[in-house]
Amino acid sequence: MSGVDVAIVGVGLFPFGRYPGTQCLEMGAQAARDALADAGAEWKDVQSAFVGSHEVSNPDSIVGLLGLTGIPVRAVFNGCATGGTSLQMAAKAIQYGEADLAMAIGMDKHPRGAFSGDPSILGLPAWYGQTGMFLTTHFFGMKINRYMQQHGISRETLAKVASKNFANGARNPQAWRRTPMTPEAILDSEIVNYPLTRYMYCGPDEGAAALVLARADQAHRYTSTPVFVRAAELRSRRPGAFEVQSPSLPLESAPSPSVDASKAAYEVAGIGPDDVNVAQLQDTDAGSEVIHMAENGFCADGEQEKWIAEGATELTGRLPVNTDGGLIANGEPIGASGLRQIREIVLQLQGRAGDRQIAGDPRVGYTHLYGAPGASAVTILSR
Amino acid sequence: MPTQQPVAENLFTWPSDEPRLIASERDGVISFPPRPGDPTRLLSRRGTLWTFTTQQFPPPSPPYDGDPNPKTHVPYAVGYIELPGELLVEARLTEADPAKLRVGQEMELTVVPYVTRPDGTEILTFAFAPVADGASTSGEGAA
Repeated sequence: MSGVDVAIVGVGLFPFGRYPGTQCLEMGAQAARDALADAGAEWKDVQSAFVGSHEVSNPDSIVGLLGLTGIPVRAVFNGCATGGTSLQMAAKAIQYGEADLAMAIGMDKHPRGAFSGDPSILGLPAWYGQTGMFLTTHFFGMKINRYMQQHGISRETLAKVASKNFANGARNPQAWRRTPMTPEAILDSEIVNYPLTRYMYCGPDEGAAALVLARADQAHRYTSTPVFVRAAELRSRRPGAFEVQSPSLPLESAPSPSVDASKAAYEVAGIGPDDVNVAQLQDTDAGSEVIHMAENGFCADGEQEKWIAEGATELTGRLPVNTDGGLIANGEPIGASGLRQIREIVLQLQGRAGDRQIAGDPRVGYTHLYGAPGASAVTILSR
Repeated sequence: MPTQQPVAENLFTWPSDEPRLIASERDGVISFPPRPGDPTRLLSRRGTLWTFTTQQFPPPSPPYDGDPNPKTHVPYAVGYIELPGELLVEARLTEADPAKLRVGQEMELTVVPYVTRPDGTEILTFAFAPVADGASTSGEGAA
């Protein structure tokens, strides 16, 4: 990144799952305290904070739990890209000189079942919801269905991707889903949106994650193993991008904002996909992870079939993907999901990932978020 | 014949044996749904299936106002239809069996009831139906 370098010096998590009776803000505060303890810092040292949530209308009210220190605190919501946006804004606050120590915090507490709401919040007509078309899951089913036919991806590959994420979750004591599942069982579970079955999807749940960021030249005060933010890029959709909840699309197509955010991040970081040792790619469903391997530059369209057959994205593969189980094993509290991804990369680069630690002394990590209504955030991190 | 009512005004031409979707066009750019204030135009009735998926469970209700009961829900398919020279339009499909759908196949617009109100009124929406192989295309104006 240009100007002042920024390092992540502490990571925290309130493990994702279901917590009846626990308030969302309390989960956020616990994740923040966990990150501060990891950095050996205190809330009173923090000079700026960005707090993301979908369900909490005023997530900045977390100061009521952490301490009324008077610092600037901003609420962030940017759909599924919220976590990446919070990280980017906290890094910029340091670069712009507002803070030497800043925090990105995310939390959510979603009701069970598919995300829903009133179509009017996205400027869509009421009939779109009344007739059963206002569902983000339709997009995921339709995008991978076309992609499979165009690029020769099999349903077995989708099942193997989901199985890999459950296997990683089983090695992660903080994952929500910790029961391994065979590809066969995943294929045999009921179809939700053809060709995607129940266990190929992540589910909305609850949880929180937090990061402490510092000026790179002060990082040694907090940790002996800082992880540097090499790029944090956010992009929204361009005309023709195939996006969730589009009653129509132009004939002339454009790449996903994931492609734009990824290219921008590689350019800012001066790092290419071949340099990346470990990645977290938005796996709202197994098909999304497959598509995102190509959209983020790791392979060509269609090569995933061979990559997955070879186990290239498993913990022992050449590019382990979603090492903590991803969204499929952790669920998706929207405000926190991107920060969970970044936390996992930090742990892997620091050699602190326990039973799921990848070998080979990884130095460069990558995170990618994508979601409604067409936004993507990519982060490149290195030791 | 039960009473029938479109789910929305000015969404498709109705009643009609050959219903058409109502879009708008300005400076050569076609919009569906129509942009308020722009001149309206009708879309082609025929196109090809660009992609599809199915909805095996009732969607959250509201906003869905069809049958909310998981036990009686009838799975339906949705897809994008490529209307040549116009745009891709998202629609329900009359065929919900993935084995009977194929990307690239020819589809035609129809209007179907998707729910019946307690007073017996059928609520109508637009949907695309597979065109039977060998079906005559005579008389099919391309808009």
